[in-house]
Amino acid sequence: MSVHDRVSTDNQLARLLQIAVVLEEVVEVRAARHYETLSPDERDDDIEELLEDAREESAEHRERLEALIDQLDAEAVPLEEVEALVEATYAQTGPEDFDGVLYDQLHGEETAYKFYDDLIEAIESSDTDFGLDREELLATLKEIREEEAHGVEEVTAVMEARE
Amino acid sequence: MNTADQYLKAIYLVQKMENGPASTGALADRLDVSPASVNEMIGKLQDRGLADHEKYKGVTLTDDGIEQAREALQTYCIIERFLHNVLEVEEFPSEAKALESVIDETVAERLDTIIDREPHCPDCFDAEADMCAELVGEGEAD
Repeated sequence: MSVHDRVSTDNQLARLLQIAVVLEEVVEVRAARHYETLSPDERDDDIEELLEDAREESAEHRERLEALIDQLDAEAVPLEEVEALVEATYAQTGPEDFDGVLYDQLHGEETAYKFYDDLIEAIESSDTDFGLDREELLATLKEIREEEAHGVEEVTAVMEARE
Repeated sequence: MNTADQYLKAIYLVQKMENGPASTGALADRLDVSPASVNEMIGKLQDRGLADHEKYKGVTLTDDGIEQAREALQTYCIIERFLHNVLEVEEFPSEAKALESVIDETVAERLDTIIDREPHCPDCFDAEADMCAELVGEGEAD
């Protein structure tokens, strides 16, 4: 039971998809910065591959979300501005050591998973006839959610291997 | 943000405005729900030790309730500022209300990493205008 209907208009849905795009962009930009901040002796194939995969996956998720937003006739997210904001705040909010990098990456993937999970639940509990194919919308979001879950497992595996 | 947190936030703000207990009627108006729904939720909050209800006077948050309400208000401020500053949404107050139930504090914390929020947030929240005081004058309340 919620005070207000959860997702009941195209505009609300578009806004939530835009938030997902921003979350993906944050993961993408921070993953890139993480690698740059590691000292040469902290860099290895596992961590390089992990961060590279995270960047690529986030970029792919972003494109899939943008394709959905396009169908709702909503404005695109000002990605360059978001990127600049992430870069600008990284100095204050970025992790300071290697373990912090992994934890930040894990947190990013977990947050995205939680968001998609809540969004899917909100859409499924809404009987709104959205301006895009509902099946396609849910299938896309569920696939992305699974990939986020897989991302969480990958980071956890690297963390455990370092213990 | 779950329904209980939305109620706690509303009670906190009404108490702030009225400088005393929040009446069921004021809460029903603010949340746009029936007084019966308000009473039902107040009972649940009381059971959880988050609020005290005194007949004919209204509801008052306990210390635990205040702490949880302030966290919910902070989450709400992050959503408002994110919509305004990052997505450049003009109707951010009404949109924040529409979206708050789908955005929890974990997601808000992540969005917070790209928002230039004031250190005294959420103390500066304008209860009357029902929006972040830093944004009053830039958006239309409901």
